[in-house]
Amino acid sequence: MDVLPRGVRVALGLGLAALLVFPFVGSDFYAQMVTRMMILAILAMSLDLLQGVAGLVSLGHAAFFGLAGYALAFLTPQGEPVGLWWTLPLAVLGSGLAALVIGFFVVRTHGIYFIMVTMAFAQMVYFLFFDNKALGGSDGLYINFRPGAEIAGRTVFDLDSPLTLYYFTLALMLLVYFFLRRLLWSPFGRALAGIRVNEHRMRAMGFGTFGYKLSAFTLAGALAGLAGYLWGVQSGYINPELMGFHMSANAIMMVILGGMGNFAGAIVGAFTFETVLHLLKDLPQLGSVNLGKHWQLWMGSFIVLVVLFASRGVLGLLQPSVRVEPASEDRSQHG
Amino acid sequence: MAEIVLSARHLTRRFGGLAAVDDVSVDLWRGRIHAVIGPNGAGKSTLANLLSGDLLPSSGSVLIGGQDTTGWSPERVSRAGLGRSYQKTNIFLPFSVWDNAFLGAQSREAQQPWNPLRWLQPAARSQRARERCAGALALAGLSHRHGAIAGTISHGEQRQLEIAMALATEPQVLLLDEPLAGMGAAEAHKMVELLLRLKQEHAMLLVEHDMDAVFTLADHLTVMVNGQVIASGSPADIRADPMVQAAYLGEEH
Amino acid sequence: MDLPTFLIQLLNSVQYGLLLFMLAAGLTLIFGIMGVVNLAHGSFYMLGAYLAYALSALFGSLTLAIIGGVGIAVAFGLGLEWLLFRHFYRRDHLDQVLLTFGLIYVFEELRSILWGDDVHGVPVPDLLAASIPLTDNLSYPVYRLFMAGLCIALALGLYLLISKTRLGMKIRAGAFNRDMAEALGINIKRIHALVFALGVGLAAVAGIIAAPVSSVYPNMGSQVLIMCFVVVVIGGIGSVRGALISALLVGLVDTFGKVLLPQAAGMLVYILMAAVLLWKPEGLFKQ
Repeated sequence: MDVLPRGVRVALGLGLAALLVFPFVGSDFYAQMVTRMMILAILAMSLDLLQGVAGLVSLGHAAFFGLAGYALAFLTPQGEPVGLWWTLPLAVLGSGLAALVIGFFVVRTHGIYFIMVTMAFAQMVYFLFFDNKALGGSDGLYINFRPGAEIAGRTVFDLDSPLTLYYFTLALMLLVYFFLRRLLWSPFGRALAGIRVNEHRMRAMGFGTFGYKLSAFTLAGALAGLAGYLWGVQSGYINPELMGFHMSANAIMMVILGGMGNFAGAIVGAFTFETVLHLLKDLPQLGSVNLGKHWQLWMGSFIVLVVLFASRGVLGLLQPSVRVEPASEDRSQHG
Repeated sequence: MAEIVLSARHLTRRFGGLAAVDDVSVDLWRGRIHAVIGPNGAGKSTLANLLSGDLLPSSGSVLIGGQDTTGWSPERVSRAGLGRSYQKTNIFLPFSVWDNAFLGAQSREAQQPWNPLRWLQPAARSQRARERCAGALALAGLSHRHGAIAGTISHGEQRQLEIAMALATEPQVLLLDEPLAGMGAAEAHKMVELLLRLKQEHAMLLVEHDMDAVFTLADHLTVMVNGQVIASGSPADIRADPMVQAAYLGEEH
Repeated sequence: MDLPTFLIQLLNSVQYGLLLFMLAAGLTLIFGIMGVVNLAHGSFYMLGAYLAYALSALFGSLTLAIIGGVGIAVAFGLGLEWLLFRHFYRRDHLDQVLLTFGLIYVFEELRSILWGDDVHGVPVPDLLAASIPLTDNLSYPVYRLFMAGLCIALALGLYLLISKTRLGMKIRAGAFNRDMAEALGINIKRIHALVFALGVGLAAVAGIIAAPVSSVYPNMGSQVLIMCFVVVVIGGIGSVRGALISALLVGLVDTFGKVLLPQAAGMLVYILMAAVLLWKPEGLFKQ
């Protein structure tokens, strides 16, 4: 019952194998880089649920990403680490709650309005943190100690070790992926897909579409919070820029780059985006011009070119219509 | 025994100073087809929208199965037992025929947002929904096309799918807005047969321009002009009514 | 709050509101007529401000800077429309959002290359540098009155253009039904280019005249863009009248909010937006 064509699935399988062995062949530095990519992949997948499946384009998604990071920062005392087992669910729940509240206002709008109000609300959150010293202000906040994972006084795993953090993040990324894939086929996921294609008809058939969209918005926000928490764990530093519309638009780019609606594309897109960004920032000197310094110019042009010529992403280029809608019938037993 | 399934009383809808629907009352019985005819701009589609919840009436009431559904949202009206098809084909073009109808079948399941299975178990697992879906497609004559993508099937088949989607929600009342729109003779014939099959189990309101089909199908006719009902009765009565002939039939035939 | 202070804050509100209106009017027109959402709209404002800085240093006269700046900005806008935007009128909003987002990056970097990353001041022209005394120790700058006056004049001009001229009629016809307008012989491509130029021009003028007051700095485009979006959301997309009323409302709430409730200052406008959305999800003057 899989949507993705065989070739793509093989490629993804190979990619997973590569991820599993990577830390053993690469250095710590690259392991950390890939960990960051996996964290962004979780963010991209959460956005794919909202955008690719439900069809809601949000320019404010990063707000829920940043909020969870801030939650970890507030919960971690200056002098000692805090427990993973309770702070992670709390941060995720916090982001979900924020998404529920903001979603209540935002989901009642449609089309371009939705895009604009999500942007406005996210900037509101951004300015809330930027303007208030008590919340860290423009300097942001530090997380001095990574959370500890202990059971009955014994350390289960040590997140200070880059290797452990890598596999912890990989496990969560895979968990989110398989959860979202199941969600896609569930009645909830099917309803979201229907809403994306023709919301009016869904209502005419008896679906309370507001509730579905709000649920998708909330769930996506909570998952973005998971990514944000992990970002805080890895980098130890949270600032308002992680919540602004620039970050949200970058996340949208990741989803677009990979191909929307199947979650594998989101992972591919996040990796691609980060890789391109690193490549551009590391461009060498050409004569007297430092090409890498002007990475924004190349990044912007790259985005423009992708939109112009490849708006269905990498997976869309590989297969003309990867976007085949999934079947809900069990083909062995139709009426 | 025929019962009244839908009863609309004194429905009026104003836009600014203009009454698009003006004091219209309609009763729908199970097992009978009630056709609404009239020239373009008579307010027929507006009336359909008022009954289905897509538009709020300025005054008047609608009862479905004894429940007052006046002012209800489209989703609530659907759940009260009204299924609607549209004049302009309103299907899910990228989905298969099966998936189009399946969504309708799925809508009748208990939504139960607290139940994790609704979020994790494949939608196709539900036997009840599959049966409903298969039944609707069979009734609409589309079983053999279940795997085709809706955007690729013929116009006539798309109109059949329009109705199948409404049928999948197992409604008591069917509101059909120009089901024969854009059809050639052969396709229209098939559609008329379909509508006659549906008549037995449902109360039906039919908005149509195709007069041959209307007089074949209708048990009762209402004629609207400029938002008002100018005549209402059996096909024979309507055909003989001089006002109707002057206003509408005379021009068309 | 005593009367002179109130008066000053009121004048500030109106002046800020009118400036926002210039930006919002352009954005809402471009969306209403062509269906394009432009995240880079703030960049035109920034372009105007930087041109004011560059040209006033060159010419030594604000008037020449305005004329020259608007000319350059409009030419730039027309080029952009011809090259990129006109291919995006029929594409979906997601593509437009991403395209214009990419452009923001490009413009920011070009700005950095051309004019650097420092904050610059632009001097107020001598003619307008005076202040009108209100009380013994309070006075109001003439330049701000000039700003408000210019905005009012342009707003009036825009109104006359759209509702009283044949060109305005063609513009409205194109928005209403593009294919029909074309069938009637209206050159839609030229109308669209014109409307785009108008939007860009308004944003650039806003940037030019605001430069002496707000200074010229990186990211000034993004900051004003958000306010602009809030104004358009509250006023209703596509409605110029809505943009005016909404801009003045936002100006009032923001200015008086900063004075009366400094802790909540940044949030007040968003609370206003949330309240409006609860009441009217498509803005005050839905198109």
